[in-house]
Amino acid sequence: MEKTEILIIGGGPAGLEAAIHAAGLGAEVTLIERDPFLGGQLTKQTHMFFGSYEQFAGVRGVDIAEKLKKEIEENPKIKVLLNAAVAGIYPDGVVTVSQKNKFLKFKPNRIIVATGAYEKMLPFPNNDLPGICGAGGVQTLMNLYGVLPGQEIVMVGAGNIGLIVSYQLLQAGAKIKAILEASPNIGGYLVHAAKIRRMGVPILTSHSVKEAYGKDFVEGVVVHQLDEKWAPVPGTEERMSCDVLCLAVGLSPLSEILWQAGCEMKWIPELGGHVAVRDEDLLTTVSGLYIAGDVAGVEEASAAMVEGKLAGMAAAESLGYSVEGLLEKKDSARSELAELRAGHSGDKIRGGIDRVERLTRGKVTC
Amino acid sequence: MDNKIICRCEDLTEEEIRQEIRQGARTLDELKRLTRTGMGPCQGKTCRPMIMRILAEETGVRLEDMVTPTVRQPLVPITLGDLAHEEN
Repeated sequence: MEKTEILIIGGGPAGLEAAIHAAGLGAEVTLIERDPFLGGQLTKQTHMFFGSYEQFAGVRGVDIAEKLKKEIEENPKIKVLLNAAVAGIYPDGVVTVSQKNKFLKFKPNRIIVATGAYEKMLPFPNNDLPGICGAGGVQTLMNLYGVLPGQEIVMVGAGNIGLIVSYQLLQAGAKIKAILEASPNIGGYLVHAAKIRRMGVPILTSHSVKEAYGKDFVEGVVVHQLDEKWAPVPGTEERMSCDVLCLAVGLSPLSEILWQAGCEMKWIPELGGHVAVRDEDLLTTVSGLYIAGDVAGVEEASAAMVEGKLAGMAAAESLGYSVEGLLEKKDSARSELAELRAGHSGDKIRGGIDRVERLTRGKVTC
Repeated sequence: MDNKIICRCEDLTEEEIRQEIRQGARTLDELKRLTRTGMGPCQGKTCRPMIMRILAEETGVRLEDMVTPTVRQPLVPITLGDLAHEEN
């Protein structure tokens, strides 16, 4: 049985910040990552981040990952296990981990689940043709392995992922035939959408995939217009040839561990699906089990990092660790989150979190 | 033409899922036992959201009220060799 004070599951933006901040208070941390490298989605984010100085504004995601990785490697309080996936969590608090040729058992004092999210898929005829893939998959091929998945792309989804991956495909020399968006509005930031429009790519709102076609791989897609009730408008079908159909239609939280641990879960579509009920420290209804990042509700990586900080500090604090100004540091993380979720673009997120957050110390005003 | 794949691991189409519901399946768990959906390598990560939507359409059960199947260990495939080599 392996012992650790805080077990952090997931080495993406939330998990990395959680490890740094929990160890920063003095706790002994084990960070588990399924991939052979740390960084999660940050490793493929070649674009610069927004937000404030604390949130690495102006720094590329991949460089943020390097910076956090370096901090972790230099911290003797943090032990990192790569190629390691959680296999189960049991009622006695034991967590089993499958690592290359090893099966490990942990009995941690606290757990922070930062497993992230999984890409959603769409049902349409021929959706299993090779060349139809998720935007995350395209980003992995292109930005991690340097492989351009195709030359002529149709993107589905004008949220931030659809917009950013489209731009990166353009940068890599591919042609984007169109970005389809089922809703009447562009979901992502306008600054990303404007950049793509300036490059001549049409963003077709109220449009969706009717079906894909092709013999051995995708050769094109039939698109159609949707009315205000999201029903297809007959006679609007249009064929578009492509060799990649890229789906950026949302993410769902990877919450299996939370279900297994017995956390109270709620269906919150604004946050991507089932998420755990939590308090203002990101503590779930299971004692000692915290959440951070997309598994707590799908948002941007910036919010995931701030949640990681908060959960890391809170988990270490609950073990009796402290630093000067801890209360202020936690409050400032909460203010950062409120700022990231402010304004019209944060309406959905705020609404979702209001329904799943159980405050124990009254709402933070900032 | 029934080729809308819902469950990639078990190669199940939308029509196959709807047929099971029309023949009486009422929960995700029943669909899982009848069709093996969610029992493949991805353990339902891809198909679950789509199946929930189909089930809601066919039965009128709201997504927030839908009962989800028990999540069992192991969450990832483990080789028998790894289990056998377990220390302690």
